[in-house]
Amino acid sequence: MQKITLPIKDDVIRALKVGDSVSLTGVMITGRDAVHKWMIDTFVKKSRKPAGDDAEVYEALKPILDGGAIYHCGPVVAGLDTGAYSFVAAGPTTSIREEPYQGDVMQHFNIKAVIGKGGMGPKTLEACSDVPGVYLHAIGGAASLIAQSVQQVLTVHKLDFGVPEAIWVIDVKDFPAVVTMDSHGGSVHVEVETQSKAQLDKLLAS
Amino acid sequence: MPDLTEAFLELVRLTSTDLPPDVEASLKRAREQEAPGSAAQSALDTILENVALARKNSTPICQDTGTPIFYVQHPPGWSTTKLKGQIRTAVAEATKKTYLRPNAVDTITGKNSGDNLGDPAFPTIHFEETEGEDLIVDLILKGGGCENVGAQYSLPNGRLGAGRDLEGVRKVVLDAVFNAQGKGCAPGVLGVAIGGDRGSSYYASKEALFRKLDDENADSELAKLENRLTQDANQLRIGPMGFGGETTVLGVKAKSLHRLPASYFVSVSYMCWAHRRRRMTVHGDETIYE
Ligand code: SF4
Repeated sequence: MQKITLPIKDDVIRALKVGDSVSLTGVMITGRDAVHKWMIDTFVKKSRKPAGDDAEVYEALKPILDGGAIYHCGPVVAGLDTGAYSFVAAGPTTSIREEPYQGDVMQHFNIKAVIGKGGMGPKTLEACSDVPGVYLHAIGGAASLIAQSVQQVLTVHKLDFGVPEAIWVIDVKDFPAVVTMDSHGGSVHVEVETQSKAQLDKLLAS
Repeated sequence: MPDLTEAFLELVRLTSTDLPPDVEASLKRAREQEAPGSAAQSALDTILENVALARKNSTPICQDTGTPIFYVQHPPGWSTTKLKGQIRTAVAEATKKTYLRPNAVDTITGKNSGDNLGDPAFPTIHFEETEGEDLIVDLILKGGGCENVGAQYSLPNGRLGAGRDLEGVRKVVLDAVFNAQGKGCAPGVLGVAIGGDRGSSYYASKEALFRKLDDENADSELAKLENRLTQDANQLRIGPMGFGGETTVLGVKAKSLHRLPASYFVSVSYMCWAHRRRRMTVHGDETIYE
């Protein structure tokens, strides 16, 4: 298990290979469908003008994401009425829905680690080579354990997107994950699918 | 007839927060089989740690607490209407206590009911009158990620070269496991039903999941099929979470149903590693959980 502290330097990213187990410590944000679309439309493609607190949130996110991590997660959060937030359950959600956006978002903010489950496609893999960055697979279903690794909820942006879709800024300690896409073009997802297909063909013929 | 609302609430709490011993033991054995230091082993370590933590804190093992599926066997004379009412009250209460996540979404309006009570089919409750004196209630919490990778086939299937026999069944089930990759939170347990119509077949594939992992099928042909499928599926080497590795499925449970001469369905229900399944038996004044 390799310990990694956020923000992450390029040489640390380049040294990571698919199959490596890592544990992350530092400040990261959650972001899923609504957040990715908002980032692309407002700041990357600029197809809509910043409105409300958009510009402010953007400035707040930039330093966290520079060398940082984004987690595909729709958490269950306690303390919504008091503002004393804490994470109760925080397993990963399926990442592939962000495939159209993820690569551009990584490039724009210099994001080094994308965390989720199920893996991502060729556009994200390419961004992993360029930025450079990695895709970290969290363990699906390990909701209690991951929530426990969240030491503190620092703040929340865009709560109007809804609790699961908001941008939660969290301070994590020893968040467990596995590198399944690296900065050298390696993808466990492509490997396992290819290899299991060959095995399936054999088993169907036997 | 006693009011069992509290007993049902405890059944839900136990099911959501405390993984059954046979499943945990099987995950531990799987962990031993993976190469030391591999991603597969590390995934299983995290899973086992999470299971222990959920048990200790009485928090959901996974945030997706799924569809509650109850299977009630009752002695003659019990009111199923009352039992249903008590189960629904207990489910709403369990949601308030965060043992369950609100999971019942109106398909037309998109609105979440907030208490896990939907139309009469949500939660799913199946009643069966039996000869015995005990009330036996089985509960499974069936997650969404793994439900999405379930599959149904109509044999023969030309693409897979699968005919209308157990060999054909083997082929289509392996195809379903391949298509699922790690997306159903592998290593999973497969409920397989052969025969029936499309509806009864899917239902039976869920019923098969109520069996314990270590219990052997009474039908020797099906027992053989279960073992063969477990071995073959693991040869696909999809592994925990789809990271590659020794264990892709923890077990296979099969069931056969009579069918029409014209139809031959095979239904596969994929249950993730978080195989939340518990039983409650009411025997006189005593309530026993296992
Ligand atoms: S498939 Fe199972 S373990 Fe995975 S997220 Fe869904 S309920 Fe949880």
